[in-house]
Amino acid sequence: MNFDFSDDQKQLRDQARKFLAEKCSPKAVRVVLDGKAPYDKELWKGLAEMGFLGVAIPEEFGGAGAGHLELCVIAEEMGRANAPVPFSSTVYLAAEALLIAGSDAQKKKWLPAIASGEAIGTLALFEGKGNPAPKNVKLAAANGVLNGVKKPVPDGAIADFAVVAARTGSSGRDGDVSLFLVDLKGAGVAVKSLTNLDPTRGQAEITFSDCKAEPLGAASEGWSTLTQVLDRAAVLCAFEQVGGSDRALEMGRDYALDRIAFGRQIGSFQAVKHMLADMYVSATLARSNSYYGAWALSTNAAELPEAAAAARISATQAFQHCAKNNIQVHGGMGFTWEFDCHMYYRRANAMALGLGSLSYWEDQLIERMRKKNAA
Amino acid sequence: MNFDDTPQEAEFRATARAWIGANAPKQYETELRKSSLGRTVLKNANILEVAKAWQKKKADAGWACLHWPKEYGGRGSSPIERVIWSQEEGPFGQLSRMFIIGHGMCGPTMMAFAREEHKRTYLPPLASGEKVWCQLFSEPAGGSDVAGLRTRAEKDGDDWVINGQKIWTSGAHYSDYGILLTRTDPDVPKHKGLTMFFLDMKSPGVEVRPIKQASGASDFNEVYFTNVRIPDHQRLGEVGDGWNVSLTTLMNERSAIGAAVSTGFPELFEYCSSLMLDDGPAIEDRAVRSKLANWAVKASGLKYTSMRAISALSKGERPGPENSIGKLVAGSMIQDVATYALDLQGASGVVSGEDAELAGRFQAMLLRAPGTRVEGGTDEIMRNIIAERVLGLPGDIRVDKDVPFNKIPTKGR
Ligand SMILES: Cc1cc2nc3c(=O)[nH]c(=O)nc-3n(C[C@H](O)[C@H](O)[C@H](O)COP(=O)(O)OP(=O)(O)OC[C@H]3O[C@@H](n4cnc5c(N)ncnc54)[C@H](O)[C@@H]3O)c2cc1C
Repeated sequence: MNFDFSDDQKQLRDQARKFLAEKCSPKAVRVVLDGKAPYDKELWKGLAEMGFLGVAIPEEFGGAGAGHLELCVIAEEMGRANAPVPFSSTVYLAAEALLIAGSDAQKKKWLPAIASGEAIGTLALFEGKGNPAPKNVKLAAANGVLNGVKKPVPDGAIADFAVVAARTGSSGRDGDVSLFLVDLKGAGVAVKSLTNLDPTRGQAEITFSDCKAEPLGAASEGWSTLTQVLDRAAVLCAFEQVGGSDRALEMGRDYALDRIAFGRQIGSFQAVKHMLADMYVSATLARSNSYYGAWALSTNAAELPEAAAAARISATQAFQHCAKNNIQVHGGMGFTWEFDCHMYYRRANAMALGLGSLSYWEDQLIERMRKKNAA
Repeated sequence: MNFDDTPQEAEFRATARAWIGANAPKQYETELRKSSLGRTVLKNANILEVAKAWQKKKADAGWACLHWPKEYGGRGSSPIERVIWSQEEGPFGQLSRMFIIGHGMCGPTMMAFAREEHKRTYLPPLASGEKVWCQLFSEPAGGSDVAGLRTRAEKDGDDWVINGQKIWTSGAHYSDYGILLTRTDPDVPKHKGLTMFFLDMKSPGVEVRPIKQASGASDFNEVYFTNVRIPDHQRLGEVGDGWNVSLTTLMNERSAIGAAVSTGFPELFEYCSSLMLDDGPAIEDRAVRSKLANWAVKASGLKYTSMRAISALSKGERPGPENSIGKLVAGSMIQDVATYALDLQGASGVVSGEDAELAGRFQAMLLRAPGTRVEGGTDEIMRNIIAERVLGLPGDIRVDKDVPFNKIPTKGR
């Protein structure tokens, strides 16, 4: 048993951290935050050159073929830096869906393009309110043609292609949902940007009108593929959330050491110390749950569904907790646009919703634990 | 990252499993499996005797205090073998709780500070459970502020003479030895005038008076010292260096207790899995699920945090202040879990003991839980440790810092 990343993986983490510290300063993030660019193109190119976009994509499809543990350590740094790039939608959602369900030709077409940074991908699943569930997929597919509206679609306005969940049956069961690949630059696609909690990662509404689409995987397996994609993305997002939690804690700690009130460092007041200690506690629990998720993800263990849900819940809570209390430690300064606190607060709360809400994952976790216990 | 056993670990596991299968006191398994915080009593047997017998059997076969060196009664095992052992020992591990203070705190302190001959004499019977040890630190005037203690030790020839009072001493009523922190110099600031000893609890002048706890049980005691003589060779560390010695104990205390505190979650999950509410099975209720999920990720987070600590240990890193989170999280969690389990029982949750739901398991948990948040350092002290030693925040303002101990005020108002 060894419950830690290897020295090589830690080295990769250091490398990613250094790279992002240089190329993704808060100032760079703000260019996107302020709406001056839809995402950081330079950074995206750099990430491709470093091999980070294809780190878990097999070599035969143009990736580095390293694996998911390596992707986890990079994800943590992406979260720490609050990187304003379509990393999660492209790498965790689109690429994973292709890896699980794509035909050889589909993989050959899209995966090398992802690894090289030429193609941005996303998953178009949600249709307004509601959590992931087959019954919430209403967009219709008939004879390879899609009709309907998806929103919110993460990074939908800048994506080149999307994996789209569509309804192909009316039995009322999981088998009704199928997945399709859609070239978003083609005909029958209308994209509208949506303002959202976290402008550093855009959201869009996409309308498909008689839009041609090719099936991704077998028709009856759409929902089962989606569940796997969401589980895998949950672990990867958890690492981003852990990175974000750590950074928020660090910012709070540093401010508590610098700021003087009543003639003392505010970090010497117990109410502040204890708030920071509790941030450390939640970040640590999230990290440990995420490590377990990383192990399950990288070995495709039978424990993955449960581990993914636990990592998701724990990391979501930790990031929200650390981000909100980071603002509290900063006082009025924390509530200004100028301080970076709100970028993490925005990201934490946007990420808490992106793969389905916390209560959805709570439900999933208990259902999965219950099945395991019954087995 | 790997959760599977290496071939050596697998072999160790198989050997341990076979030995436990052949030797564990199976007749108590069901009762031990059902026990949870606040309730480790056996109906028809004295738990201390059962625990001692099991510990002795383990020691004779080389399975006691796995990570201790062989010459002191241990096995010289790796931290991971220790984890494997405790997984295999399962409910029988509950019995070692009787020795947690001796094995977790007194033993390591002796190992670090006692003379070699004393280590060879006292540690093996401690490991084997033949001799039980207690920790005599807390006093009415010094709990969180351990260094505020007043029990005096005065040199008299080759002996020290002890006068004073300890309190909350767990297991003192059945202990054979204890480690004792005393004040040897009241004229210097409080941390500088302390000295540590170990002593025979049967020494003349030691009087143990059990205290009835909030839970109704009596696991801890007041201990009075009247002209108790301790030979100088039983001193641990230098005269005046007792604070440093006690830090070793407290550091070990946090990891020993932290790793051992249960969260109550498995019990609650099991309970909810079979419980029927007015509207159907509890486990299918949205609100119940949400509560359970929140606790599930805390419980698993703690489990994997301690596995990370063990991985670090096995690479030669020392256990650090981050181990404080185990007790901090588990302590208040078990209290909340117990409260919730009773809430699910509605008005009947008020009944405790044998007539209650599950023979009063959660009621007992509720009544024991407040102690968990206090013993081994309160929640507030744990948060201070994390804030100061992990995050590097400033220490609390200490108005008594450079004041000679005998000039510090003793009453709040
Ligand atoms: C079940 C149980 C078993 C025990 N077993 C043993 C044993 O075997 N041996 C032994 O030596 N002791 C033992 N203890 C004693 C235990 O270590 C002390 O009770 C504990 O350290 C708290 O000290 P206190 O009781 O004096 O409380 P106090 O120190 O008086 O604390 C009262 C309150 O003030 C708070 N407080 C105090 N100082 C600070 C501070 N600096 N910052 C913020 N808040 C503060 C505390 O958190 C607490 O809420 C045991 C206690 C219990 C409950």
